[in-house]
Amino acid sequence: MKTASRILGSAFFREGFEVQDAPRYGAERRGAPIFAYVRAAREPIHERGVITRPDLVVVADDSLVSVAAAGVLVGASARTVMLICSNDDAAVWRERLGLDGPVFTLACEPAPDDEVRFLGAASAGAASRFTGVIGRESLEHAIREELQDLRPEAVERNVGEGLTAFDEMEAHAGCLSEGTIRSAEAYEDPNWVELPFEGVEISAPDIHGAATSVQVRTGLWRTMRPVIDYDRCNRCSWICTTFCPDSAIHADADRTPRIDYDNCKGCLVCVAVCPPHAIAAVPEQVAVAADSEEAST
Amino acid sequence: MSRRLLTGNGAAAWGARLSDADYVPAFPITPQTEIIETIGGWIGRGEWDARMVTLESEHSMVAAAGAAAATGVRVFTATSSQGLLHAMEMVYTVAGWRAPFVMVNVSRGVSAPITLGSDHTDVMAARDSGFLQIHCSTCQEVVDSVLLAYRVGEDARVRLPVLVNLDGFHLSFTREPVEVPDIEAARGFLPAFDPGELRFLASKPVSQAVAVLGGGPYSYFRYETHLAAQNAVAVYDEAASDFEARFGRSHPAVEAYRSEDADVVFYMIGSFATKAKDAVDRLRDAGQAVGLVRPRLLRPYPVESIRALLAGKRGVAVIDQNLSLGKGGVLHAELASALYGCPDAPRTLASFVGGLGGREIAAEEFYEMARVTREAAESGRTPEPRLLYTEDELRELRKLQGIAVAERHDTGAE
Repeated sequence: MKTASRILGSAFFREGFEVQDAPRYGAERRGAPIFAYVRAAREPIHERGVITRPDLVVVADDSLVSVAAAGVLVGASARTVMLICSNDDAAVWRERLGLDGPVFTLACEPAPDDEVRFLGAASAGAASRFTGVIGRESLEHAIREELQDLRPEAVERNVGEGLTAFDEMEAHAGCLSEGTIRSAEAYEDPNWVELPFEGVEISAPDIHGAATSVQVRTGLWRTMRPVIDYDRCNRCSWICTTFCPDSAIHADADRTPRIDYDNCKGCLVCVAVCPPHAIAAVPEQVAVAADSEEAST
Repeated sequence: MSRRLLTGNGAAAWGARLSDADYVPAFPITPQTEIIETIGGWIGRGEWDARMVTLESEHSMVAAAGAAAATGVRVFTATSSQGLLHAMEMVYTVAGWRAPFVMVNVSRGVSAPITLGSDHTDVMAARDSGFLQIHCSTCQEVVDSVLLAYRVGEDARVRLPVLVNLDGFHLSFTREPVEVPDIEAARGFLPAFDPGELRFLASKPVSQAVAVLGGGPYSYFRYETHLAAQNAVAVYDEAASDFEARFGRSHPAVEAYRSEDADVVFYMIGSFATKAKDAVDRLRDAGQAVGLVRPRLLRPYPVESIRALLAGKRGVAVIDQNLSLGKGGVLHAELASALYGCPDAPRTLASFVGGLGGREIAAEEFYEMARVTREAAESGRTPEPRLLYTEDELRELRKLQGIAVAERHDTGAE
């Protein structure tokens, strides 16, 4: 999403807009949910911080919609355009979320020869089309500029994904409208409160319990799943278990490693360090589909 | 000169590169890490001829920076929050060495509880150290301020290290259009460091920063450092004038925005000051005479400019994104001390503390601060200091406390 925001920001900038784009990180772990925001205007931008009244919301991972802390609908109104990367169609999401405004989806299905769809470039491409002011050339230029350090095949695929999504949304060009400036004449009272003094037993930043972090199912963050091929695993076990930054790999008494998928964030460090290359990275949606197929047979 | 999208961290790195710094002692910390990653990339690819060394801590990093600067080398470094606090012993020490260098601080709230979000309590801890402080409100200011910082700190009338401060997230990770000066133009403004006697020559050894016994010599050296810092007000003004003549961008020690005919003024530092400008514009649209006064230079404190810009105002809303525990907002106390006894000082200085640990300050809150300050000026009753904290925030906090209580119950801790 950071990449998508920068592509969109660069494309606006190339079209002569003033731009502000920024990612917002929470947990500093690969795979952790993040969001990013982009502002564009004809005049210098003085506003800062998280956008409270978005004109467009892009959701790159539809599993975040049900995560309350992700707050993907915060500040959205009937004029907010929603773009959800999902294999469920727009009507389903409109119904599911009770949305009145325009909802579009980008299918996550990759092209036949590809393993995954590059949703960053694709959603930047769709968003660019929605603005109605970003041309195809500016989008392509922005993708190339942003990804210039990648290998040429990766750049070309991203350009392809971005432009395909841009073309796909042709019918919705310009569906975004600019937000209005809120007047200072009649503003909403911020409702400040007086913070009372409270006893240290409640006002010190303490968690009263042990091992609470394992209760947080951070496995939900995963977009790629490490899967061990036990035929190739040589049971050295100490390498994957040691390098896992989240202690989510444990070894049985016979040194067979087991991945705790409730807490594995999908950082894929284990994939990189496994000496016999016995751990593969499988797109989470592919793995989930395989799981449910297995369960039904 | 080229205009491009740069993060505040990218702008800080460009400031260092355009300053031709020779030596970059480094230690990573969120949200500063991108600065040293960028510089490391340039040096590693041979695009910038400088030496970078990663030290084992910020304490060592500042010691290395000061030691290198004391040999007449141009030094750049950067840190944030806990890193700055960890370095604090050396921060005070190297300032006393009178060896100039530039350290960027990417502001982030201090522990405990630990956080990543921005506020200015970290850099306020260095307030009395002898480092000069320049506070930025845009990414453009970051690159320009690094160049200005070397010009001022290296001036023989000053010879002190300089902190250039930018807010974590709101500048550090935020891309904005930035004019990056050409290297030749930058060199025209900031020639190679002329260190004078500040050098390392094996044939002419010097013992720098010796110990003293007795308060007489100690007071002398400390006060000389204070006077040098105060000299930096005039030296800064000269440098900023020259900068504006060369690059067309004005970075006064104290920025005034629509304040000339204002009766109520916001007074604050850092990146949220641009939000205050928006608020000023909207309040002006609504017929209210409101302005903004923003010190960029906080050390030395440009007292005369501040007094002049606030003379005759009815009320000032001082917005502190820091908290001196047991006292309140630092900017408020400093402003009161600068204005006390001035015959045309504003009648009311209202104190607001907000934006701690990355908390946003909403447009409505600026409007409300203006209203409260105006009413206070009219009634002559200064309001109690106000923490910007809403009912919604307290409700969210109560939920967390509810969980904590449940945990206590579950674990039998009660």
